[in-house]
Amino acid sequence: MTTIEEVGPAGNAPSVTPVALGRTRGGPDVPTLRPDRWWIQPTVIFLGLTAFVAYSTWAAFINKDYFHAPYISPFYSPCISSNCTYQQLPIIGTWWSISPSILIVAFPLGFRLTCYYYRKAYYRSFWWSPPACAVADAHPRYSGETRFPLIMQNVHRWFFYAGAVFVVFLGIDAVRAYDFPGGWGMGLGSLILTANVVLLGLYTFSCHACRHLAGGGLRGFSGHKIRHWLWKRVSVVNAHHMLFAWLSLIFVAFTDVYVRLVASGVITDPRFF
Amino acid sequence: MATDAQTNMAAEIETHELDVLVIGAGGAGLRAAVEAHGRGVKTGVVCKSLLGKAHTVMAEGGMAAALRNVYPEDNWQVHFRDTMRGGKMLNNWRMAQIHAQEAPDRVNELEDWGALFDRTPDGRILQRDFGGHRYARLAHVGDRTGLELIRTLQQRSVARGVEVYMECTIFQLLTSDGKVSGALGYWRETGRFVLFKAKAIVIATGGSGRCFKITSNSWECTGDGHALALRAGADLMDMEFFQFHPTGMVWPLSVRGLLVTEGVRGDGGTLRNGTGHRFMFDYIPAMFQAETADTEEEADAWYDDHAGNRRTPDLLPRDEVARSINSEVKAGRGSPHGGVFLDIASRRSADYIRRRLPSMYHQFMELAGVDITKDPMEVAPTAHYMMGGIRVDADSTAATVPGLFAAGEAAAGLHGSNRLGGNSLSDLVVFGRRAGVAATEYAEGREGAVAVDGGDVAEACAQALSAFEREEGENPYTLHRELQEAMHSLVGIIRTQSEIDQAIDKIGELKERSGNISVEGNRAYNPGWNLTMDLVSMLTVSEAIARSALARRESRGGHTRDDFPGPDPGFGKINHVVRRADDGTISVTPEPLPEMPAELRALFDE
Amino acid sequence: MTDVTMRVWRGDADGGDFRPYKISTEGGEVVLDVIHRIQAEQSGDLAVRWNCKAGKCGSCSAEINGKPRLMCMTKMSSFEEGQAITVAPMRTFPIIRDLVTDVSFNFEVAKRVPAFKPKPREADGTHRMAQIDVERGQEFRKCIECYLCQDVCHVIRDHEENKPQYAGPRFFLRYAELEMHPLDTNDRRTIVREQAGVGLCNITKCCTDVCPEHIKITDNAIIPLKERVVDRHYDPVAWLGRKIRRRS
Repeated sequence: MTTIEEVGPAGNAPSVTPVALGRTRGGPDVPTLRPDRWWIQPTVIFLGLTAFVAYSTWAAFINKDYFHAPYISPFYSPCISSNCTYQQLPIIGTWWSISPSILIVAFPLGFRLTCYYYRKAYYRSFWWSPPACAVADAHPRYSGETRFPLIMQNVHRWFFYAGAVFVVFLGIDAVRAYDFPGGWGMGLGSLILTANVVLLGLYTFSCHACRHLAGGGLRGFSGHKIRHWLWKRVSVVNAHHMLFAWLSLIFVAFTDVYVRLVASGVITDPRFF
Repeated sequence: MATDAQTNMAAEIETHELDVLVIGAGGAGLRAAVEAHGRGVKTGVVCKSLLGKAHTVMAEGGMAAALRNVYPEDNWQVHFRDTMRGGKMLNNWRMAQIHAQEAPDRVNELEDWGALFDRTPDGRILQRDFGGHRYARLAHVGDRTGLELIRTLQQRSVARGVEVYMECTIFQLLTSDGKVSGALGYWRETGRFVLFKAKAIVIATGGSGRCFKITSNSWECTGDGHALALRAGADLMDMEFFQFHPTGMVWPLSVRGLLVTEGVRGDGGTLRNGTGHRFMFDYIPAMFQAETADTEEEADAWYDDHAGNRRTPDLLPRDEVARSINSEVKAGRGSPHGGVFLDIASRRSADYIRRRLPSMYHQFMELAGVDITKDPMEVAPTAHYMMGGIRVDADSTAATVPGLFAAGEAAAGLHGSNRLGGNSLSDLVVFGRRAGVAATEYAEGREGAVAVDGGDVAEACAQALSAFEREEGENPYTLHRELQEAMHSLVGIIRTQSEIDQAIDKIGELKERSGNISVEGNRAYNPGWNLTMDLVSMLTVSEAIARSALARRESRGGHTRDDFPGPDPGFGKINHVVRRADDGTISVTPEPLPEMPAELRALFDE
Repeated sequence: MTDVTMRVWRGDADGGDFRPYKISTEGGEVVLDVIHRIQAEQSGDLAVRWNCKAGKCGSCSAEINGKPRLMCMTKMSSFEEGQAITVAPMRTFPIIRDLVTDVSFNFEVAKRVPAFKPKPREADGTHRMAQIDVERGQEFRKCIECYLCQDVCHVIRDHEENKPQYAGPRFFLRYAELEMHPLDTNDRRTIVREQAGVGLCNITKCCTDVCPEHIKITDNAIIPLKERVVDRHYDPVAWLGRKIRRRS
């Protein structure tokens, strides 16, 4: 006996079978049957993100106390206007008179806003869509990320490229944080700026877009040894993307606070050598 | 002749006209349906559950095929010989030959349909060791090969547009002029009847493990196909042979019987009794002495070097291992919960175990709270597989009623008195396909319209609904439990004449009581009623098992008689054929095995 | 042996309510065991769908204390003693009776997935695939089709009207598996965007939370699909590359 002849391509044309909705639903009609305290998590995340947004907005607009040699606040780096306290890359002329932070803050903000983890976090805790698993969505209609503005989430990859550039700048800042006016040394601020860029790097390069670009986008890994290696490494950190998202968020604010306190003279930076 | 009223009733029932009707959507059923549909006849599949939930998903270890990817020395002759020896030579030699020859093509074909088997370093299908197989032969996907098989066939069916009638139970086959003409069923969802007129019917309903108390089988495995075929006039065969898988979970109670794959032993796990002794070395039968290691050193070395060492006795055929475990437990050398220990934790790295046996790791972790990378498992035999079934023609899978075909666990012959692990999944696709081919050819050659007798239909429907009309009758769950207890303790892994007699009496009593079952509620998705219907099949199959077991006065494969502990050469030449008379009595007749040709017989002289 | 109260939803499309059943439970039991005993001892017609009772077939999906779970994999010991346990049918699908729902939506969606289309075999008659390549697909093929992910996904759980244009997590797994299959030659990215509605997913990860097979549905399937859609539709560099290649 022979095997059957293959009859034509195995349904490779897009099927247009309509999906039958079936009957009306039934069952218990309540927003949720969960007896546990499911609202704690979205509430905590709401408070955490709100606190960060409030602080960072204030810190970005205040336009002072962001530099104390050799430390620069990450909210103000790279400082690209001529009115910077610390001349880094003065490519914007003197016509810019408000806080130089405003020029750059869109990039890290956009990166985090379009990040796959933060999307989950704020869709749940701010938009309640849904607030928790198996708890009803707070909205009568839902179009997800298919329409403007949320369709713009698809630009996450471009913010990732920008994010990677920022890691470079903050890396330079971290190295310079050991370059004191009197020569090389190390203060507490040096360590904080270093930790900040490490966490930010972990967050940036553990991102899902990075994982895709590293090798995840391939159909198969054979013949792509380097990209497979890269993908495996990125996958390891990607599993902890949420952790790095929070650590880097908290730490970037903390770094700003530290620089600010030193710059405004509230505390003195302890020098180790 | 049917009265007008009866004809009208038949006319009112939802009716589907098909060329080929496949009953059962496990591996064999889906493979048959894919084949028949691909050959252009109108094909439909009915299944008791949703598509993709069939018991095939529970198969773990792999599917045996002499692909020669790991051992080029392997070939169909060796596979054939292993299968025959495993079945204690009671197999239908022609089925074993076809199976061994065609299995590689059927495995490769699955790959064309999207299956993702584990790979060798050079990218071909990896094969693993299993009990009774001389060479590493099982194509596998970790320890969830059955799921892969069913998903692949399911997706193939969907892509090709095979019609599937889900959650529909067939409870009666219809015949006219001695030929199969249709099947009568009910939708579980509504309880309404449905009639399938068909030129040919393939039975692929799997096994009947639910007749036993401790079983690895799901609720569906109630032997429907066996009972349907028997009532339609077909022969059953080898019904005394029931495989008790040696390693079922024993604890916690709620998962007692749940399967622990033979892959655990294939990948290095070993059996130890309560004292830590590797007792399998004490139970090597003469037939396997030449190829089985008798020291622990040789057994352990075998995993890495099959050529220079003989295989570990942990991987003897399943009947041998199950009996050995049974003996150890009986002798008081068992584990705390009445089994023995299966230890892979002390023999393989945690990483290796998690990679090779992911679902076993998961299963023990989640259900028993045992981390198999750290602690040994506790295992004991569990009712697992029906070697017997519908008697079929080896080449065409045709049953003894024209138009009726059977494949997979529902059919008898391939496995003889004991099935080797891994031969089941390949059985499904090899004979599933052949059933599809033969049913198509039969349907195409069948002339004239298919007629069903309205009287038969009306009578069967009335009978099916009778449980609703009674009040204060028997509880179907209670009857089922009593049947399982009786079968397990009296016709279980070790049997003896007086106990089988008792079981036959008990089955007779239960049959009588089942005529007095009453169920509450209405017909829509009513599990009490559904069980009542399944109970008819289970009682029939149980009786066939018990009567066949009584007739075989020897011990062989999946049939062990305490009163006849050894094999008897006389019984080694016969199969037991089960037939049902018109009055419902079930008889067992010995029939000689088909003669094996000399060139195949020569394979055993080596 | 401890006594427990099970609040089981009983009813059909015409309505229903939770009915309390007092029943004793012993060590090691799972919710399905208790439901079975209710059937055998108290209510023979309590409808429940189940098969393997081992977490391998994905039939006994329900919402236990409001969370989508498999009844056979939920241990009774995981609940606080003295608390009533609620068992309800899956919310996303139409009710048939009691704990059984009509999941045919999923079978309809399955029909729309463009089938596997392999490249030809090698000269020696084999298909060669590397283990590292099959492993990605194997993770997705662990799926037991319990449809808990479909049930919990708010896109269709709370918005019935999205069903016609949304495949749901289970089928994103299927699309991802095919898109990562080393032998497949179909390109389903446009279909994933336009017909399967991957853009409706807002990656709130409940599908991953409820998956009894612990498949990382969001991270390993849905997000990679979204990124593939970005490759195809939202990446100007890739778009430019395709234009240039087509010219030359």
